[in-house]
Amino acid sequence: MLKKLPIAEMIALAVFMAIPFFMKDNYFLHLLILFLMWVVIGSSWNIFAGYTGQVSFGHAAFFGAGAYAAGLLAHHFGYSAWWGMALGGPAAVLIGLPFGIICFPLRGAYFTLASLALNLILMHVATIAENFTGGMQGIMIMPAFVSKIPYYYIALAMVVAILAVINLVVRSKFGYYFVSIREDQDAAESLGINSTLYKNISLGISVFFTGMAGSLYMNYMGFIDPSVVFSLSDYSIMAILVAIVGGVGTVYGPTVGAFIMVAVNEFFRSGFFGLLGFIGKRTGSPLVSKALDFVTHAHVLVFGILVIVVILYLPKGVVGDWEKIKRKVLRVRPTE
Amino acid sequence: MSFFRVEKLVKTFGGLTAVNEVSFEVKEGEIFGLIGPNGAGKTTLFNMISGVYVPTSGKVIYKDQEIQGVKPYRICKMGVGRTFQVVKPLGRMSVRDNVIAASFARVNSMKEARDNASEILDFCGLTSVRGTLAKSLPIAGRKRLEIARAMATRPDLLLLDETAAGLNPTELLSAINLIHKIRKNGTTIIIIEHIMHVIMSISDRIHAINFGQTIAEGTPKDVAANQAVIEAYLGTDYA
Amino acid sequence: MAIFFQTIVAGLLKGGLYALIGIGMTLIMGVMGIINLAHGQMMMLAMYITFILNQVGLDPYLSLFVAMPSLFIIGVLIQKYFLNPLIKVETILPQNMVLMTVGIGMAMTEIVRFVFKSDYKYVKTSYSSSTFFLGGISFNVPLVIAFFIAVLFTIIMFWFLNRTDLGRSIRATAQDKDAATLMGVNTGRITVITMGLGAALVAAAGTLLAPVYYIFPDIGSPFTTKAFIITILGGLGSTVGAIFGGVTLGMAESLGATYLGMQYEDIVGLVIFIMVLLFLPGGFKRLTKV
Repeated sequence: MLKKLPIAEMIALAVFMAIPFFMKDNYFLHLLILFLMWVVIGSSWNIFAGYTGQVSFGHAAFFGAGAYAAGLLAHHFGYSAWWGMALGGPAAVLIGLPFGIICFPLRGAYFTLASLALNLILMHVATIAENFTGGMQGIMIMPAFVSKIPYYYIALAMVVAILAVINLVVRSKFGYYFVSIREDQDAAESLGINSTLYKNISLGISVFFTGMAGSLYMNYMGFIDPSVVFSLSDYSIMAILVAIVGGVGTVYGPTVGAFIMVAVNEFFRSGFFGLLGFIGKRTGSPLVSKALDFVTHAHVLVFGILVIVVILYLPKGVVGDWEKIKRKVLRVRPTE
Repeated sequence: MSFFRVEKLVKTFGGLTAVNEVSFEVKEGEIFGLIGPNGAGKTTLFNMISGVYVPTSGKVIYKDQEIQGVKPYRICKMGVGRTFQVVKPLGRMSVRDNVIAASFARVNSMKEARDNASEILDFCGLTSVRGTLAKSLPIAGRKRLEIARAMATRPDLLLLDETAAGLNPTELLSAINLIHKIRKNGTTIIIIEHIMHVIMSISDRIHAINFGQTIAEGTPKDVAANQAVIEAYLGTDYA
Repeated sequence: MAIFFQTIVAGLLKGGLYALIGIGMTLIMGVMGIINLAHGQMMMLAMYITFILNQVGLDPYLSLFVAMPSLFIIGVLIQKYFLNPLIKVETILPQNMVLMTVGIGMAMTEIVRFVFKSDYKYVKTSYSSSTFFLGGISFNVPLVIAFFIAVLFTIIMFWFLNRTDLGRSIRATAQDKDAATLMGVNTGRITVITMGLGAALVAAAGTLLAPVYYIFPDIGSPFTTKAFIITILGGLGSTVGAIFGGVTLGMAESLGATYLGMQYEDIVGLVIFIMVLLFLPGGFKRLTKV
């Protein structure tokens, strides 16, 4: 079937498979796991929004649904949360498909608002239904592994799965149908495309993987509460950011975006990778420690500013606007 | 059995009656012209035939099946293709990808869709611009792409909504040629057109409406000589 | 029964303020065709302005004269430098303007957090918690004052939109941007003014709410949610609809809080929102003209 083997992809996969053999540093592995998780979430959002044109402002709803499915199973029935992992995707689909069937008559901004409302409703429900979900206290489970390496490989497997799915989809009837709906729903219908059906398929794929990422999060972090997993800024908006920073409607855009966003997040959270803390200790300057305090809490502000800057100047993301970036860089060089 | 007919079609929007009891029959293989001044209800008729609007009352009968109120994508699959008066290119897809997407209405595999698409592109004379993004085509190209896309769904009945509007004389001529070619291919055509000499020259029969109602039907010659049609187009003063 | 009337009164008073929030949003929606998801955050800014002025001894109601112009300017700047440039930016996502307002809202919240920390602040007045009774129903004084000021602003907005040239231009732009442009309306300028007005109106709501609410950086986002709920309830771009939407939401929240429990207050609005989206597309505006 495939005329050329995906050589670059296979090399990349081999490198990622090999990393834990060389890098045993937990902090580094932790960042990689977060990166892989965001590749899954960003790519999921991108299938639905970037390819199918249905902008969701509420993907945390599905992330949270997956996380709670895993958590509740372990919490109430004592099953290992690994079973929950198998349940995370279907649970998100169980929320997503009824939502899609009900809300797809809505177009454009209306649909976007409905997704935002779904996100908020689930957050409230998880908070109110204390007896079932533990309410604000959240759910705590014992992590199955002490080592981070198993989590790393699970996350990597999810990434391989979703990237494979996306690659297959965009080269098939489904991909053509998704993009047709994005470009003009009325034209698509006139060409024999059942837009409601294909939007639901796209939503189904998207929320399945988002829910799986949620259940991975539950297992890996061992703790969730409504304000964490249903967070608008930390998940719904971050998912959008990952995709648009990398490049909406491109296969590997969200992967690039996930790398950038996790790096930026960590850069600030760690006080410029510990640099500020180091300077602060050396000089004992109260100014530096104040700056450190500022910087370590700045990541949400940075995300907000990133949204603004990217929309204004890199609307197609790093991957989509790569030519533009290269041109800009090349034009600067000769004058130096 | 009749190939295609509409019976007493009515469409009202709020208090406004856009189409009022229009009936006509189209024979297999003919080019059937639909004329009328702006706002006469021609596009509304097309939208009812292609499933975009549900008629307030009346029937649309295609190959002995009632298809009024059936969803647009189903009607396309049944073999009724259409173009839009205000063109709707899938902008950020190449011309070829536009036609491939349409081809999936008939085939499932990528390879078959590609083959079908290249055949259609060739047929419609779009092969030279197949790599261009649809949104960067000039208007003549977009109109042609509308036809190509509809043809890629392999329709038995094709609805053409003002495909000649906005074209220069050369483009017009090649558009007319294309329509003749499509008919020769065995596809029945219902065409809405404003440019009189175009519709008079290519139609076998013409149906004229004004204010949503039928005012005349017959051969181009008859319709052109019809008092009501002349009045509708030129106003009563000139008639 | 007394509880019921008390609930209705509380809902109505809140609804008056919600209407003020909704009118600003609906103007923006009508003219720009976008939902402003920084609306509540603008209100939050106005609350902090009121708080600062209160620290130096200014009565909250007088700080309306500072908060509204300040937010007007902020709205103008946002429209001019962040939203209008997007018209020229080509993008796959049709919702990039809405996303932009999300980014702006996040930045506002976080900047305020840096300056004031996450602590709860409150505006001290002699009448913050004073109430009077009428027929056995208690009325919270600042809420009653706020309600009447809100009604006053609403009337002024009506007069402005219907009787002045600028107001008519705004309505024309909301109805048909292209046609308005052809009629000689400078629609670019109108969008800027509308965003300013929307921001000023929500600032008024913020200032009026300051004496009765705790003030903290995250108070913006629940009000953004309320604002879009009101706008959809009322029917996009409809000023009368926004008033209906505001009062409905206020009532629904009150009734929900009284009869279902406090924690249901927010979810009631969201459920109504989804219902209206699905069963009454176009909102209450649809009911008035058929």
